[in-house]
Amino acid sequence: MNKLIKGETGDWEVVIGIEVHAQIVSNSKLFSSASTKFGGEHNTQVSFVDAGMPGMLPVINWVCVEQAIRTGLGLNAKINNYSIFDRKNYFYPDLPQGYQISQFKQPIVGEGSVTIDIDDKKSKTIRIERLHLEQDAGKSLHDQHPEFSFVDLNRSGVALMEIVSMPDISSADEAQSYIKKLRSIMRYLGTCDGNMEEGSLRADINVSVRKPGDELGTRCEIKNVNSIKFIGQAIDYEARRQIELIEDSKEIDQETRLFDPKKGETRSMRSKEEAHDYRYFPDPDLLPLSFSENIIEEIKSELPELPDDKKERFQKEYSLSPYDSNILVSEIEIADFFEAVTKGRDPKIAANWITGEFFAAMNKLGFNIADSPITIDNLSKLIKLIEENVISTRIAKDVFEIMLENNEDPEEIVEREGLKQVSDSGELEKIIDNIIANNPDQVEAVKLKPKLIGWFVGQVMKETNGKANPKLVNDLLNDKLN
Amino acid sequence: MTEFSTLSIKETISSLKNKDFSVSELVDSHISSMESGRELNAFITETADIARKKALDCNQNYLKGEEKPLEGIPLGIKDMFCTKGVKTTASSKMLENFIPPYESTVTQNLWNDGAILLGKLNNDEFAMGSSNETSFFGEVKNPWKNTKDNFTVPGGSSGGSAASVAAGMGLASLGTDTGGSIRQPASFTGTVGLKPTYGRCSRWGIIAFASSLDQAGPITRTVKDCALLLNSICSYDSKDSTSSQKKIPDFEKSTDESIKGMKIGIPKEYETDGISEDIAEYLEKGKEWLKESGAEIVEISLPHIKYALPCYYIIAPAEASSNLARYDGVKFTHRVDAENIIDMYEETRSQGFGDEVKRRIMIGTYVLSSGYYDAYYLKAQKVRAMISRDFKEVFSKVDAIYGPSTPSTAFELGDKKKDPLEMYLNDVFTVPVNLAGLPAMSVPVGLDKENLPVGMQLIGNSFDEESILSIASCIEKSAKFDLNPNRWWINE
Repeated sequence: MNKLIKGETGDWEVVIGIEVHAQIVSNSKLFSSASTKFGGEHNTQVSFVDAGMPGMLPVINWVCVEQAIRTGLGLNAKINNYSIFDRKNYFYPDLPQGYQISQFKQPIVGEGSVTIDIDDKKSKTIRIERLHLEQDAGKSLHDQHPEFSFVDLNRSGVALMEIVSMPDISSADEAQSYIKKLRSIMRYLGTCDGNMEEGSLRADINVSVRKPGDELGTRCEIKNVNSIKFIGQAIDYEARRQIELIEDSKEIDQETRLFDPKKGETRSMRSKEEAHDYRYFPDPDLLPLSFSENIIEEIKSELPELPDDKKERFQKEYSLSPYDSNILVSEIEIADFFEAVTKGRDPKIAANWITGEFFAAMNKLGFNIADSPITIDNLSKLIKLIEENVISTRIAKDVFEIMLENNEDPEEIVEREGLKQVSDSGELEKIIDNIIANNPDQVEAVKLKPKLIGWFVGQVMKETNGKANPKLVNDLLNDKLN
Repeated sequence: MTEFSTLSIKETISSLKNKDFSVSELVDSHISSMESGRELNAFITETADIARKKALDCNQNYLKGEEKPLEGIPLGIKDMFCTKGVKTTASSKMLENFIPPYESTVTQNLWNDGAILLGKLNNDEFAMGSSNETSFFGEVKNPWKNTKDNFTVPGGSSGGSAASVAAGMGLASLGTDTGGSIRQPASFTGTVGLKPTYGRCSRWGIIAFASSLDQAGPITRTVKDCALLLNSICSYDSKDSTSSQKKIPDFEKSTDESIKGMKIGIPKEYETDGISEDIAEYLEKGKEWLKESGAEIVEISLPHIKYALPCYYIIAPAEASSNLARYDGVKFTHRVDAENIIDMYEETRSQGFGDEVKRRIMIGTYVLSSGYYDAYYLKAQKVRAMISRDFKEVFSKVDAIYGPSTPSTAFELGDKKKDPLEMYLNDVFTVPVNLAGLPAMSVPVGLDKENLPVGMQLIGNSFDEESILSIASCIEKSAKFDLNPNRWWINE
């Protein structure tokens, strides 16, 4: 059942379709050899083609074509080995040619799908309508001079994939899951770094509302939303706005809107009447894009394992829960990290440590997994120490804290600090006997309330500075007190 | 001095090799022709200094016996070709002060072969026109006056290219041909002009008018010179996606080949379409010459060719409307400052473009608009395919097509300026060739009753420039045309 929003006149259904603009990972631009590197000085990565100089001609960068094919395959989509580049004509200062080279009627990738998880048990398929290649525009700079606006063309001509979903998304949560999943797939494939802050991934969101079972309502398009959080906010706001309008017996204008992250609102950008007529037509400077089936097959054969397959394998191979698997496969770096750490170790302990202590520490430090101060080897050793009962989980946490400081070998830490777990039952028995002898009142109490055994465990831990093997302590106490 | 400037390239090169004169002497002679011919208004930019300087290197190369194929040959270049460090205007106010930081592939090929830039030649603004009257830098005058002693147009859009060669200012020139812009002016001025197969020459660095139709080509005094230049300018260029990788033959050799046994088609549509009496006469004469040379004349039909002109005047403006969008005042062009960006665009483009360019931008914008696209642009593309098929079928039966280049000879200045439709009709015989991407050339055959040159057109099969060069050479020999207009522009 779709998630519904309550209005004054009853329940409403939200219908969402998303157009994602994903910047292709490539060294040079879609039709020129200029660099695509982020953060360069203004206008230092601009070829004559990117600047729209007279007589300059575009030449396709095949790396970008392969990336689009790769992404299409990752979206289980039909690859069109004959597609056309069109010109999308409009005037804007950051569009030096006066047109954007895009694909209109015949895109390189046709229908596909992305599966998102609704909860631990349920998943949903979001259909993809198409994926096409196009150029990015430059960037207008309005804060550099009191009288003039400037234009930075570094981004002009950078390759983008526009990925268009069908209106299969029915809540802000689903929209967020969809974007996350899409980003994860593209990162697995190495076709888009998914960095939303740098603008490598932007979303245009089409939102409409209707009473369940009704025809589709009038939609509004929210342009260029650039964070997962904002996507959620923008949809919630927009759906609510539309419901209120309709319930007030007002019309919804089909229009393009902008999301204002400061106010958490969407506002009108241009109406349908003001919409551009882009006058698309095939770009006569470029031949149709065609390639053989072999190229598709070759790329297919080199595809990495994608998140859905990996998740399934993790559940089977490591007996992990769907929940843990999901977290571990969300990013390829995490999945790889996990698989390296767990080699020869208990996967459940490894998964718990990575999704628990390790993630918490990384979050606190504001680090990505790539910046982890603890190496795979040392984390693996720590898990081995836990697994072999050399240290307890509690002690392990202390060891982990020390490791975070300087990636010290956990075995050395345990040795130096004398943290080895006491698993000598004779030694522990002596301590326990002493505690029992010295606390006859507690011994009586535990007979009435068995839960109080915890007090005895605590005493043993205190005596051993936490090094006692907790399981052994429990077993011994149970024997002696019952 | 003038005897230098009436030599062919072929003759000039052998004289240079012979040390009859030096490259510097040759270049000085052409500079002086160029300067004394300013009334013709063929040049927008004269590059005498560059030419004199390069001539010194060329002299050395001849002395050392290291001369390249076109060593020391002074050439005029249509102002549609970007030339590094030399103003390139497209004859538009919009690019009045544009100095490209790069050299077009085609001109670079010429310089690599030793040729020398004499200056940049006037043309119709952005190559849009058939009389060279739409240039922001003023009209070009045809060196040939009519019998009424009135000025005539040199044709267009490569009017400056054709006029300069006819007047002996430069040994040859480069033009561009989108719908006849090389062949029509060549026929109006008594010169040889060739448009190669689409893809033979790189379009990189040529200011675009209609990308699917534009091709560079030479305008020369003789057929052999035409072949010589063609050998230099054709090349595969990875910077132009539509550039061909086909092997480039020795075109000069083709000019010596016999045409015996060749089948030459005469389209019946070209014989009836309102051509002038004189042209009809030359058409017949030409058939006789070809037969005498052993060719067989075959009657053919190109049934869809009657739609070529309307088809062209949809496709070319459509592409132009998009190609010219980059001239917006934001960068490298003329700019009119205004309160806001929209006004800046409008003022810049209103002032920067002339009427004919604006007319075509409007037509092009209209035919691509949603709601009209299918009825105009898409239909025109279908017609284009039908015209290509017509030619394809014909070329399964004949080796080349022979017909007039234009319906009339050069008209008087100002004559058709006010009626764009009448002006467009001038391209009726040349336009179909561009739509089909075929090679074609115009060869001078004689003068009409008004003492104006008449040109005949040869159309070849795709990538078969060789056949039309052989036939052109044969016509040239029979016609014995003397490219020697009365030099009224020289005040002595």
